[in-house]
Amino acid sequence: MKKITTPLTEAAVKDLKAGDSVLITGIIYTGRDAAHKRLTDVLKANQPLPVDLKGQIIYYVGPAPAKPGYPIGPAGPTTSERMDPYTPALLAYGMKGMIGKGNRTPNVIEALKKYTGVYFAAVGGAAALIAKRIKKCETVAYDDLGPEAVMKLTVEDFPVVVVNDCYGNDLYEEGMKKYRKV
Amino acid sequence: MKEVKYQDIVNTVAKLCIDSNCLIGDDIINAFQNGLKVEESPTGKDILKQLIENAEISRNEMIPACQDTGVAVVFLQVGSGVKVVGGELFDAINAGVAKGYKDGYLRKSIVSDPLRRKNTGDNTPAFIHTEIVPGDSLKITVAPKGGGSENMSEIKMLTPAAGWEGIKKFVVDRVMRSKANPCPPIIVGVGIGGNFEKVAYLAKKALLRDIGTVHPDPFYQEKEKELLEEINKTGIGPQGFGGRVTALAVFIEAYPCHIASMPTAVNINCHAARHKTAVL
Ligand code: SF4
Repeated sequence: MKKITTPLTEAAVKDLKAGDSVLITGIIYTGRDAAHKRLTDVLKANQPLPVDLKGQIIYYVGPAPAKPGYPIGPAGPTTSERMDPYTPALLAYGMKGMIGKGNRTPNVIEALKKYTGVYFAAVGGAAALIAKRIKKCETVAYDDLGPEAVMKLTVEDFPVVVVNDCYGNDLYEEGMKKYRKV
Repeated sequence: MKEVKYQDIVNTVAKLCIDSNCLIGDDIINAFQNGLKVEESPTGKDILKQLIENAEISRNEMIPACQDTGVAVVFLQVGSGVKVVGGELFDAINAGVAKGYKDGYLRKSIVSDPLRRKNTGDNTPAFIHTEIVPGDSLKITVAPKGGGSENMSEIKMLTPAAGWEGIKKFVVDRVMRSKANPCPPIIVGVGIGGNFEKVAYLAKKALLRDIGTVHPDPFYQEKEKELLEEINKTGIGPQGFGGRVTALAVFIEAYPCHIASMPTAVNINCHAARHKTAVL
């Protein structure tokens, strides 16, 4: 089990290999389809981002409502694929990591190599457990998007697994091959 | 005629929505425990442990096990001797879903139109399947279904020549192509027979069975076992990270069909397999 803190340095990313189990502590940001579209539009127009994503991690999540007394509701990962069209531009800008579930397109895997980034998966459906590792949650951009707004999460020992590292390895491919019996 | 009150239906449905999302069944937790014994991948084992812990947190604190609290799929068995008083049956179901999703802090995930995509705000309408049965009781099952696993489902209009081999190939291939998306370990519902619209319903209905129950027909018992073994040879494993435990169970529902057809449907459910029943 490796432990890392955000923001991520180039060296920290290089130290992560597909298959590593990792605990993340620090700040991570949330973002889904609508927020990604806006963030990349801002970059295209050469405007400043509403939150600086240099070295940061984006978590693809749409939490359930928080019960009174809880910082956040159940918050497991959503399917990453929908963010693929926007991801290379954010990596080029300096974002270092993403957390989601499911395969990424070859474009994203290439961009991870080119810009030294990492793609983690959190356990889909382990939303109650994941929420326990989120200590604080505040909306920091695109309030009007409601549950799809960009939120800043303070996390402690947030459990993930490295799927795509900056060397082009892919845990989904390699893991399946290793255990395949047909 | 037995009278069932509108408000009782509303309250029952609301409770079923909350309980199904927060109280993961013992059968699922047992299946995770059994999975731990056969899983060879260390990461896979770790995932299964996280899922057991997740189910415990969810049960103890009454918070949903998964943030995608799904579409409220409702199966009704309405006794022919039942009369609903104080309002309409379907209105009561929808009012119950709206109440349950609000009171239980469940996520509202329904848009009113597939292309214009505006959230209805209360997770209605429920998707209701109704059967009229003899007797004077009203049986209600709420089975919330998430989008990630539903999107990996498929129907194929196979013809009789495809035979069991054709069905097997289709089901295993569907699971292979789904990879990590439906959050494995999964439960696979297979509908065989009927026609185009019937077979999808069969596959969904198959998912209502508890893990550990066996098919009443020994012929299909064998088929379920065979499919489960094949699926667990794919190597997909927990969360698609590689491993032995790709599926926890395969359930088949078969039905008579046309001499020229053999429709087959695969409805994939994630480990957050939720369903609760009440009888009024
Ligand atoms: S597929 Fe199931 S476990 Fe995974 S996110 Fe969707 S509802 Fe949750």
